[in-house]
Amino acid sequence: MANTILEMRSITKTFPGVKALQDVNLDVREGEIHAICGENGAGKSTLMKVLSGVYPHGSYEGQIIYKGEEQHFKSIRDSEHKNIVIIHQELALVPLLSIAENIFLGNEQAKGGVIDWDTTRDGARKLLSMVGLSEDPDTLVTNIGVGKQQLVEIAKALSKQVQLLILDEPTASLSEKDSQALLDLLLEFKTQGITSIIISHKLNEISRVADRVTVIRDGRTIETMDTDQITEDRIITSMVGRALDDRYPARDPKVGEVVFEVKNWNVFHPQHRERQVIKDVNIQLRKGEVVGIAGLMGSGRTEFAMSLFGKSWGQKISGEVFMHGKKVDTSSVGKAIANGLAYATEDRKTYGLNLIDHIKHNITLANLRGVSRGGVIDDLAEMDVANDYRKKTNIRSSSVYQTVGNLSGGNQQKVVLSKWLYADPEVLILDEPTRGIDVGAKYEIYTIINQLAAQGKAILVISSEMPELLGVTDRLYVMNEGRIVGELPTSEASQEKIMRFIVRAEGKAS
Amino acid sequence: MTTETAPTSTAPAQAHELSLIGALRANMRDYGLLLALILIMLFFQYFTNGVLFKPVNLTNIILQNSYIIVMALGMLLVIVAGHIDLSVGSVSGFVGALAAMLMVGWKFPPELAFLANPIVAGAICLVAGAAIGAAQGYIIAYHKVPAFIVTLAGMLIFKGLSLAILSGKSVGPFPAEFQMLSAGFIPDVLGPITTPFIAENGNNVVLHSTTMVIAIVAVVAMVFFALRTRARRKARGYDVEPFSFFVVKNLLVAGLVLFFAYMLASYRGLPNVLVVMAVLIAGFVFLTKRMTFGRRIYAIGGNLKAASLSGIKTERTTFYIFAIMGALAALAGMIYAARLNSATPKAGQGLELDVIAAVFIGGASALGGVGQVAGAVIGAFIMGVMNNGMSIMGVNIDWQQMIKGVVLLAAVFFDLYNKNKSA
Repeated sequence: MANTILEMRSITKTFPGVKALQDVNLDVREGEIHAICGENGAGKSTLMKVLSGVYPHGSYEGQIIYKGEEQHFKSIRDSEHKNIVIIHQELALVPLLSIAENIFLGNEQAKGGVIDWDTTRDGARKLLSMVGLSEDPDTLVTNIGVGKQQLVEIAKALSKQVQLLILDEPTASLSEKDSQALLDLLLEFKTQGITSIIISHKLNEISRVADRVTVIRDGRTIETMDTDQITEDRIITSMVGRALDDRYPARDPKVGEVVFEVKNWNVFHPQHRERQVIKDVNIQLRKGEVVGIAGLMGSGRTEFAMSLFGKSWGQKISGEVFMHGKKVDTSSVGKAIANGLAYATEDRKTYGLNLIDHIKHNITLANLRGVSRGGVIDDLAEMDVANDYRKKTNIRSSSVYQTVGNLSGGNQQKVVLSKWLYADPEVLILDEPTRGIDVGAKYEIYTIINQLAAQGKAILVISSEMPELLGVTDRLYVMNEGRIVGELPTSEASQEKIMRFIVRAEGKAS
Repeated sequence: MTTETAPTSTAPAQAHELSLIGALRANMRDYGLLLALILIMLFFQYFTNGVLFKPVNLTNIILQNSYIIVMALGMLLVIVAGHIDLSVGSVSGFVGALAAMLMVGWKFPPELAFLANPIVAGAICLVAGAAIGAAQGYIIAYHKVPAFIVTLAGMLIFKGLSLAILSGKSVGPFPAEFQMLSAGFIPDVLGPITTPFIAENGNNVVLHSTTMVIAIVAVVAMVFFALRTRARRKARGYDVEPFSFFVVKNLLVAGLVLFFAYMLASYRGLPNVLVVMAVLIAGFVFLTKRMTFGRRIYAIGGNLKAASLSGIKTERTTFYIFAIMGALAALAGMIYAARLNSATPKAGQGLELDVIAAVFIGGASALGGVGQVAGAVIGAFIMGVMNNGMSIMGVNIDWQQMIKGVVLLAAVFFDLYNKNKSA
């Protein structure tokens, strides 16, 4: 049996209000490919950030033993010094610098501050050939595809004499072919004695390359499987095996006729014209119904919702939208709102709120007509509306004049909801409505969702937390790589079933 | 902010009056700026041996800064929306030149002679300014070229165009009607009043009575509307300022207005241009505080993406803002030209910087989303009074520039310092 190169012992990491990791153990053997699996938010990325020094020593409890010595990494530099390199999900390349410049960024081949371009180019070329790229090192990173960019990241890691390579969802945004190439490369590295840790959702990839698999759930280690024990079923059971408790208010659905229908919806990527992100999506929502879209990160759920809401994402959008059986135009946000559609974003700080303004102005923003006449705002009417919704959604603040940027995440989310409730839509799309908010606030949001459904609104919930979808919805669509790959009533759904839909679709795609 | 419970006997139980401290703190930014202006005026009053507050000088300060203030109103919208307009100085110079050529320079055939009529020419100039602003706004809003670059280009283009249409020479003088825009005063329809007060020259002070009447009507209207708003808020159970604070605030503002009206009335009354300014200021306060259009500007500057996802037509709004800015630059250009009584190729150059400085001194944020009309106007007056006071004191122009630079920096620095401290 090979030596253990890395051991992480009872790692506990706490964020304000949340225990992200609790007593997590991980051991990685020299020269193996070790996969880490878990749901979104299980704590995989946090664990890798602890390992690489993004969260410095002292901000967590537990020990990291690497090559037989305990390590106290204070920063990424420290871990890189020990030849541990992490490649994050979002690539850390500078688009408008060349490949060579990116590879040696922060590690420039220079004497006395003057860059030696010959050494830089030759070095880059050598590293590129190691990852199977024949690109000119002077090519700008922005001019090569995502797959190749990923390989440039790996070449950059190699330039640091990497011995332990950590890849966080490396194939999430890659095509099937690029993914294969990347996995082959990992296998190749293995023969050279480089150890890899790979975080992935794609179970078929894991069973192909991984020597061992560790499953993390809710910030705890569930188990580590050896090669002969790895099966997709076992990974799925470990990943989701959790009982639903009463974190969700009881639902008494009164579902009526079809209100909202989307037919043959197709969307292409805004930058890459040829890349189709949403493929032939058809969905239906009924009056008083809460419908969920399940899927992994990057499956296209947000892109679908935003393209639907005033073409706010993507290009070459085609398809039809029906409201009460009548075809409606949602090609601009204004028209979408006017036709009874609302979309509460997953990223409230970037897309949802004017953080420097107060609650009152944020709540009325999507429906200024409601508090104005002939373009003149009735201040007192606006005040009544703001106070009314502040009470209805239970926003905790000193008054409606509190700046939204100073509110907690849960209360900010309630402001976003209030804004869309005041716009009085018939169909409300909620994208990750409880992301980054505490358990108590989540319960309040679920209660609001139930009330809205009881009032006869149709609600579409997009969430990466499967228990949440199972807890609040009546019916589920499963989305994978821009397609609806499954539909089932929530009463018949389970996390295993959903995972199976996704895995089966992945299998078909490959 | 502290909200203390102090229900009054007449209001519903849930109506609160803010504590005095709370009310002061809530209004500190606005009143701090006004206080700074008053202190600066008193400072110069002392160091100019009382010249600053002489009626003729106060009238001059208004006339000298009118075009800056007119443009600062538009610039406030531009900056709140998160943009900048560097072209306003050149555009105002160009429109001044256009006005001169229409009224004086070009010899029209008889059938087109009406174009030289001051009112027709003025209207053409306003439309030209709005069209220039709209053209720049179109490129900025719909083609996403940064405003800094579009208006920098505009600045060069209209500087060149002014030179071209004036053929490099000054053109004037203007017809008397046009000069009235800057040099005229409202007629004293009610006739002068001789007061028992004795002026410096030993004669009794003679007041322009129409000016005083207008000022008194304005003050009464202001107090009436303030009282009505207060009563309505209270009736609906909303927080209001303590009554003592309300009274003192309104008395102070009313006193200030009447004092300045008296000073102006003891000279030649209300300048025409002040009437234009007052109407514009009131209009822009209304636009920014009460109209949906104004609200949308703040939303765009505060978070463009969120505004757009809330159904706001961000491009169209941006386009209108620049069109308004252009029209105001045109008006400012005419005021400037009428004041000089000629259009010169150099007119308006560098004015954009004074205008932008006024808006920033007035508390607007360079990142957008924050700024008030009142602040921009006071900011413009702070710069104007400093120019005026230092000139009277005989401070050299080199020192004047440096001092103004330091004041701009200090004002924005303290503003940010206060914001960071309270956050």
